[in-house]
Amino acid sequence: MAEKIKNKAVFFNPFSKDNPVVVQILGICSILAVTVKLEPAIVMGMSVIAVLAFSNVIISLLRNTIPTNIRIIVQLVVVAGLVIIVNQLLLAFAYDVAIQLSVFIGLIITNCILMGRLEAFAMANSPWPSFLDGVGNGIGYTIILVIVAFFRELLGSGTLFGMQVVPKSFYAAGYVDNGLMILPPMALIIVGCIIWIHRSINKDIQE
Amino acid sequence: MLDKVKPHFQEGGRLHAFHSVYDGFETFLFTPRSTSTSGAHIHDSMDSKRTMIIVVMALVPCLLFGMYNAGYQHWVAIGAAEKPFVSLMLYGFLAVLPKLVVSYVVGLGIEFAVAQWRREEIQEGFLVTGILIPLICPIDTPLWMIAVATAFSVIFVKEVFGGTGYNIFNVALVTRAFLFFAYPGQMSGDKVFVDTDAIAGLGEGTVVDTFTGATPLGQVALQAGEQSVTITSTVGSDPVTTSDMFFGLIPGSFGETSTLCILIGAAILLFAGIASWRIIVSVFAGGAVMSLIANACSTPLYPASMLSVADQLCLGGFAFAAVFMATDPVTACRTNVGKYIYGFLIGAIAIIIRVYNNGYPEGAMLAVLLMNAFAPLIDWCVVQSNVRRRERRMKIKITDNE
Repeated sequence: MAEKIKNKAVFFNPFSKDNPVVVQILGICSILAVTVKLEPAIVMGMSVIAVLAFSNVIISLLRNTIPTNIRIIVQLVVVAGLVIIVNQLLLAFAYDVAIQLSVFIGLIITNCILMGRLEAFAMANSPWPSFLDGVGNGIGYTIILVIVAFFRELLGSGTLFGMQVVPKSFYAAGYVDNGLMILPPMALIIVGCIIWIHRSINKDIQE
Repeated sequence: MLDKVKPHFQEGGRLHAFHSVYDGFETFLFTPRSTSTSGAHIHDSMDSKRTMIIVVMALVPCLLFGMYNAGYQHWVAIGAAEKPFVSLMLYGFLAVLPKLVVSYVVGLGIEFAVAQWRREEIQEGFLVTGILIPLICPIDTPLWMIAVATAFSVIFVKEVFGGTGYNIFNVALVTRAFLFFAYPGQMSGDKVFVDTDAIAGLGEGTVVDTFTGATPLGQVALQAGEQSVTITSTVGSDPVTTSDMFFGLIPGSFGETSTLCILIGAAILLFAGIASWRIIVSVFAGGAVMSLIANACSTPLYPASMLSVADQLCLGGFAFAAVFMATDPVTACRTNVGKYIYGFLIGAIAIIIRVYNNGYPEGAMLAVLLMNAFAPLIDWCVVQSNVRRRERRMKIKITDNE
């Protein structure tokens, strides 16, 4: 029973209380880069979930055989292999989005969340909790990605998933899409707002 | 009247929750009754509200001339032969009034709400910001854009950092930068700097065919590859002379066209001892030096490099930024040496952006914001070098004594 509760915490904590983006402040660079539109943001989130979950499992299986002094290299090789698989899958089945995301799928390797989870969790836990931890952190990352992309696409382009949401009559009345939302600084400010709201709700993580 | 309602706002009164709103009005209308009674405070009626009001007074010449110029440019655009002074002023007044109202209502609304929420006194910093915002925007900026940008910069540039006196960047300039990057179509180009519509029946008429509406710097930026630059008036016939640029009868953002009125404002600020002459002088020096360098190696590739020094200093927002933006005591350098460095770099960077980036015809705004970010670093370096110099002096003394 105790095992069950722990697994639950491992899976659900990263959603809010231990969110990799707004609490641990990891993976900010990719948030800036891929959140201009919702669709690539969701694909990116799913890729990160997949890579994170499976690399966690693999490293967890190998954890007793990896020599400590070369563990970073081993982790990188595992992540790199998975990223290449994800990239090829995207190129095969979602070509347009893969082109939009371009180099950022490859850069999942450098995403701090991955190395952080591998080092902090997979190296010390058995495969099943590691898998849950990977999926949980991936979802925590994706939630933030989607919130930021929602506001940036809505205010920056007037669309959601590429469909026009802001009615034409608004434009006729003089409304103009906010060009700053397309630029990276606005992603930082939105993440800042999310952190602000998150911390004012969860008083216990305020420093 | 205020005294009569005062008990309601004091501790225990019915309207205590709104006491900061009341305080704000009372100290705005009368000098504060409670001066500090102990310690090293200087006993003086110069609280920061008085300072702010002097700055606003210094901005009045620019505002009045901006009104006149808005009307003047409109009358030129419709090709009218005679330009009645009263109609020009009234037209400009009607054009700017809604912007002033919007910027004050939004900005002060947020300030009041935050002060109430934090249970603090209302901070008066927005008094100046509110008048600066309409002055540095093009005449055609839609009102809702001013409202959005004002709200953005008051919240994220001022209140987040702790309110008046704690902001790193100049609030009015961030408002303009927000507009510039968020709505480039409404903040630059040929259409926005001259109001072509009639307001309340004033200035009826159709725009003449040769009308362009481009600002001088906008025109210059488009002339890449030419052997010499020419600047014409908005209807595209008469060349613009340096004296036109100095007196300010050129299209541009509302209050920044007339270098003369800006200098009057500068005189008021310096006389009242509010602005730092070190910053103003060194901004102009930096601009002049950089213009000379640009002149010396001018190429047709960067047409603005062929402008003379006087033109560079009179055109665009340069003078306005030097007098009213760079001298903002909150965001500028504190040390005297630092002020020279800070000002000089603002001037030089403004001209560099203007000349060597054809995408941005004007660089004063970006230069001031950039140096705002560096001001604390400059101060730190100045203080450290001073500390080191004194340490060295001490060592020499000690060795002398031995």
